[in-house]
Amino acid sequence: MEERRTPPRAHTLPETIQLAHGTGGRLTHQLIEQLFLEYFRNPYLEGMNDQAILPGEGGRLAMSTDAFVVKPYRFPGGNIGDLAVNGTVNDLVVGGATPLYLSASFILEEGLPVRDLVEVVESMAAASAVAGVQVVTGDTKVVERGSADGLYITTSGIGRIPEGIDWGPHRIREGDVVILSGSVGDHGASVMIERFEMEFDTQIESDTACLRDLVEAVRDVPGIRCMRDPTRGGLATTLNELSQSSGLNLRIRERDVPIRDEVRGLCEALGIDPLYVANEGKLVCVVAPEEAEEVVRRMRRVKEGREARIIGEVTGELPGLASLETLLGAVRVLDLLAVEQLPRIC
Amino acid sequence: MKYVDEYRDPAMAEHLIEEIRRLAEEPISIMEICGGHTHAIFRAGIDQVLEPQIRFLHGPGCPVCVTPIEKIDRAIALARRPKTIIATYGDMLRVPGSESTLLKEKAKGAQVKMVYSSLDAVALAEKHPDFEVVFFAVGFETTIPANGFSILRARELGLRNYSVLCNHVLVPPVIRFLLEDPDVQIDAFIGPGHVGTVVGSEDYRFIAEEFGRPVVISGFEPNDILQSVYMILKQRQEGRRQVEIQYSRAVKPEGNVRARAVLNRIFEPVDQEWRGIGTIPRSGMAIREEFRDYDAEFKFQSALTLSPAQESPACICGEITKGVKEPWQCESFGTACTPDNPIGTCMVSSEGTCAAYYKYQFLKRAAGGMLG
Amino acid sequence: MCLAVPGQILSIEGEGRTAMVDMGGVKRRVSLELLDDVRVGQYVLVHVGFALQTIDEAEARETLEILETYFREELEAETGGGDPRG
Repeated sequence: MEERRTPPRAHTLPETIQLAHGTGGRLTHQLIEQLFLEYFRNPYLEGMNDQAILPGEGGRLAMSTDAFVVKPYRFPGGNIGDLAVNGTVNDLVVGGATPLYLSASFILEEGLPVRDLVEVVESMAAASAVAGVQVVTGDTKVVERGSADGLYITTSGIGRIPEGIDWGPHRIREGDVVILSGSVGDHGASVMIERFEMEFDTQIESDTACLRDLVEAVRDVPGIRCMRDPTRGGLATTLNELSQSSGLNLRIRERDVPIRDEVRGLCEALGIDPLYVANEGKLVCVVAPEEAEEVVRRMRRVKEGREARIIGEVTGELPGLASLETLLGAVRVLDLLAVEQLPRIC
Repeated sequence: MKYVDEYRDPAMAEHLIEEIRRLAEEPISIMEICGGHTHAIFRAGIDQVLEPQIRFLHGPGCPVCVTPIEKIDRAIALARRPKTIIATYGDMLRVPGSESTLLKEKAKGAQVKMVYSSLDAVALAEKHPDFEVVFFAVGFETTIPANGFSILRARELGLRNYSVLCNHVLVPPVIRFLLEDPDVQIDAFIGPGHVGTVVGSEDYRFIAEEFGRPVVISGFEPNDILQSVYMILKQRQEGRRQVEIQYSRAVKPEGNVRARAVLNRIFEPVDQEWRGIGTIPRSGMAIREEFRDYDAEFKFQSALTLSPAQESPACICGEITKGVKEPWQCESFGTACTPDNPIGTCMVSSEGTCAAYYKYQFLKRAAGGMLG
Repeated sequence: MCLAVPGQILSIEGEGRTAMVDMGGVKRRVSLELLDDVRVGQYVLVHVGFALQTIDEAEARETLEILETYFREELEAETGGGDPRG
């Protein structure tokens, strides 16, 4: 029964690591499948979820880890510190866990102003308080000037999963409904302007947020199949991952995906597709059809879910692929991104 | 009015689609010259909703795709020069030369900067007087004036460390070249709207008058393109062969006189090689002798004697760019040549026909059993 | 081939050589060196940091109106009235 799915396009690993290996797109998946999964193979890792669900005394444990290398480390709406806490906390809560403890490792670049580090750590403390977690262990290393962009942070987290919760792509069924908690592309757009040094002036703020309250608001709805927070690679990449893992087709409608005017304006000026732009405080939720309305209602009561809405359905038509119904009613495949999106003139 | 959403109204699109279906009694091949249109057609799924009566052929209008490999090699050679900054548009970073790309050179430590505007490249030269700043400029008539103006600006600022490595191409000569090729079967053209903002509509008259093909200069929103297809069919129904402007909100018949003056002041027509297609007479624009000090190929000529460029024999980008073959007919498509590891330029630029097929045409591939 | 987006002129600076333009909520300074007679409040088409052409509001409205009128007549002829968007 456990027949291994062959990747749609067979690759071999290239000679050198490229930036695109870190975009969450096809090369990232290639690296994971052909290297990490190959060598570390075990049932927990094979789930390929944002968190591993482990057996434990008095309930199962969820564990997650994430490295943060965002450039610039300070951006409108937040900094690498709240991102590092929220990112790992969110990876736990989308698996149904109550987050408990975090570890934090810092790689600091020689010459980093200490006041910047203080600012980052303050943000981490504040975000931890909101999420109800404690940072219980950590590590610090310093590398030579030029070896890092200021600082990098890796956080790992542990949480406990209540009885009766078993979410994951394996539970997705044909006819299920796809719900999105709010607008897409805000975080990526907020860092894009500085990263590309293109002197655009915007009010776009990162959506970095803790999703604990949002998930708790719907956690006892029995029809919930699976949740993800669509971070790097954006909504389209998450839909791809869920389609691939479930062997079904997540199909969304272009007209129902909310995108802020400014984010859309920036993406159009630079020729970038917002569906592939990162988020840091959004939730994608696959739900049984009969409970979709109830989930949307509950999500809208929480700050982070005020704009929640149904954006699509699960079908059996294009197994393993995500797709988009365009404004004209045509259906096209939402492929995984091949390479990092760069601004273009043509 | 914001001039965007008004042209995306699905109800209006539906009516246009119905009308097009009604009018298209026999199948017709329409070439959209511009890569921006190719992208918009696939993105909105216009090709799907108009099949099989309307067949879109994807033209040579992607400046990245038609830049000859020698130019990329030259940019790379300059990037390897000490104390040199190569500034260019994001599109050019991944284009493969004979053995490298600008992005790979950057990873190895070369000073390669992505810019939004040619004036940002001039600003780099101002900011780094100890460096030579070379702006690697590509483009059609839309972009050539902006690239050219940067030379005027550098001269005004008295900068001696700024120069332009350019590969400029013109639309009318390549269309004539395609129409004179007996292998190419095109019934009508969707004209490039943003080129039209500069050149107007006169330059396209020969297509209608000499070759008897309708041309509609189109905007880039879905309903713009649908309306243009509709206008083409109307011309055929009424037996007209004309150049019409659908994108009248931005394209005036006389174009932009001032931009054209800048273009003609700095550049002069030259025979130009189009990657994969060949050399087309007077289809390029090179820097005039008066501005030679700003021409990187003149300024650094001793550094630019290179061995002849090697084009992959497996690549049929030329025939694809002419609309004679489809990507499926290329042995490398989707196997040796993918967006991760492009061999030909049609796969590199997101506007390249192969890249667009790869990204958007899964359904067709699946239907045709072509999942590689 | 050429990515250009509409934007509204917010202010004109540098003796008429540059303008601050709002492109869908995103602002950037663009060059006016390639375009004559630009006024604050007008929409222009921006390409690689240059205003390339003014957008003609009357023409834009006309394009939309032609379409709407045409389809209304078509539909009324076919079904004997009603809103084409219904």
